[in-house]
Amino acid sequence: MDSILYFFIGFLIMSGIYSVFTVGLNIHWGQTGLFNIGIASFFLLGAYTAAIFSSPSPSLAKYEEYLWGGNLSQLTFFGIDIWFPIILLLSAFICVLVAIPLSMITIRLKEDYLALVTLGLAETLRIVFVNETWLANGTRGMYSIPRPFDYINIGNYDYIYFVVVAVTLLLVYLIAQRATNSPWGRVLRGIKDNENTMISSGKNVLKFKVEAFAFGAGIMGVGGALFTHGKRFVDPITFEPMLATFIIWSMLMVGGSGNNKGAIFGSFLMWGIWTFTQFLPGFLSDANLRFVFVGLIIVIFQLYKPQGIIPAK
Amino acid sequence: MKKLYILLDNKILFLIIIAICLASLLKPWLLINGILIGSLYSLGAIGLSLIYGNLKFANMAHGDFMTLSAYVALTLMMFLFPNSENSASVGPFTFKYELLLVIPLAVIIIGLMATVFDKLIFKKLRTLNATSAAIALCSLGLAVGLRGLIQFIWGTDSRSFPRESKLFWDLPFRIKIPPDMFFCAVVAVIIATIFYLVLFKTTLGKAIRATSDNPDLARITGINTDRIILYIWFIGGILAATAGILISVQQALITPVMGWKILIPLFASVIVGGIGNPIGALMGGILIGITGELATGWINPSYKPAVYFFVLLIVLLLRPNGILGNKGRQF
Repeated sequence: MDSILYFFIGFLIMSGIYSVFTVGLNIHWGQTGLFNIGIASFFLLGAYTAAIFSSPSPSLAKYEEYLWGGNLSQLTFFGIDIWFPIILLLSAFICVLVAIPLSMITIRLKEDYLALVTLGLAETLRIVFVNETWLANGTRGMYSIPRPFDYINIGNYDYIYFVVVAVTLLLVYLIAQRATNSPWGRVLRGIKDNENTMISSGKNVLKFKVEAFAFGAGIMGVGGALFTHGKRFVDPITFEPMLATFIIWSMLMVGGSGNNKGAIFGSFLMWGIWTFTQFLPGFLSDANLRFVFVGLIIVIFQLYKPQGIIPAK
Repeated sequence: MKKLYILLDNKILFLIIIAICLASLLKPWLLINGILIGSLYSLGAIGLSLIYGNLKFANMAHGDFMTLSAYVALTLMMFLFPNSENSASVGPFTFKYELLLVIPLAVIIIGLMATVFDKLIFKKLRTLNATSAAIALCSLGLAVGLRGLIQFIWGTDSRSFPRESKLFWDLPFRIKIPPDMFFCAVVAVIIATIFYLVLFKTTLGKAIRATSDNPDLARITGINTDRIILYIWFIGGILAATAGILISVQQALITPVMGWKILIPLFASVIVGGIGNPIGALMGGILIGITGELATGWINPSYKPAVYFFVLLIVLLLRPNGILGNKGRQF
């Protein structure tokens, strides 16, 4: 019975982490209409920033080749792990730093160009982390990454991490919701619906788009950091586009683009389908059929229900 | 002469061209390789540019059409010629002569498949007046689905056509050319020429250009634009399929991800040449091929995709309409 419970908690943790990405993507696509198919790049940046800054300096005994570990995980305040929120903010900050120049180059051009550039960035970053072993151990990956509140012992650490993910997701949701309902968010929706109207009402559309892209990228960075500390392991293969980009797109399409609640609902639904179809009998449990399913979901929802299951108000 | 002036009026671009010339003088063998590989890229890029220019969206499924074509050709070969492992290979090339019979069949299958996808998916999106990003998102879904299907049917392991090892051609200046690469480049140039003739010398080509220029006006003048769009998909599919098979022959490797990996150089070629400009795409493909190969002379070859990405970024910064600028628009 316990094992089923553990499995279920693990499922909830992963869904929660994916929800963070979906909320970030919702800022990009659902609110502003920015076509980002390089979620994997911000996923990777967030995850590696968290891993590098929280890990202690490398030891040769463990065959670790990277040069520098921030060892931030020693930073506690009266026994409370204040390093964890710092790491989350740092990951978000690095993603924002990368997102701003990238979007400034492309957003003034055709809307498809952003897709091409983010796609290229995801591929490039993955190659960099494969080849530069001094940065983060290359393909061997970084392991034994510190976890927050590791000293609380209640049998299964997943319970604690579940609470951590839930609290972070709630905060991210509240921030995103706040931003969406603010005048700033209304301008973004205006840009999505009709860019020319926004230009004629004197809004600097380019600036708003760059801000929205950076904001969404920052949220994705938080998701990446959450992922690393949950898995305790990070290597470049994690960021293959299937599980780091496409599935997040299908989550947003199912749940409802333009609605943060829908985005979170979509991630739980899609990750549920993704996880529980592996128990189907025979060839139905083939992982590649799930790929086909994810692709079909994107196409069918885009064709027949572009608003998703929970449409935006 | 005017075109040359367009190329040279930007100082940074001029410096980059000088740098490429210098690098190719230092390591000429990389230049030759780059031209040969670039001709394959340009074949894919022409098809992509045709669809991008006419239907106004970035077709993310183009790469997976290429992968699919290679697998379809492989299956046809194993099905029609089960003994092809033992048959003779063509001249100095590594592939068997059966492959030459299979290629046209596989290419037409992919072309028809592209039209079917248009009828199933993209036609409805056009009637819904979807934004170009929404259509591109749909093609992304199609790409993911196709890749899943390919991996489901043929597995994730890499495959290759039946082949026989052959010596490389040794030329002066340390130039070594695998014969296959030369064959693929020649076929690519022939196909590109045929496409150019179809586009600029036939009525169909005229209709395609008219549709691309102004669909409403084309419809008024009696052009059946729906049918022209089907032709565009068919031709785009054919070009993608030829490029896919040739690249898998040249690499002696068919993997499910090869189409996805090639998307970035293809899109870079399309944008370098100017969207919807077939000659630009041809030039862009060769330029991208040369840059990628030359870069491997000085940096780690596994960074090649990163080089393509940086070329894409530089082009978007300096010449977002392509190196020929607006003046190069052809469609």
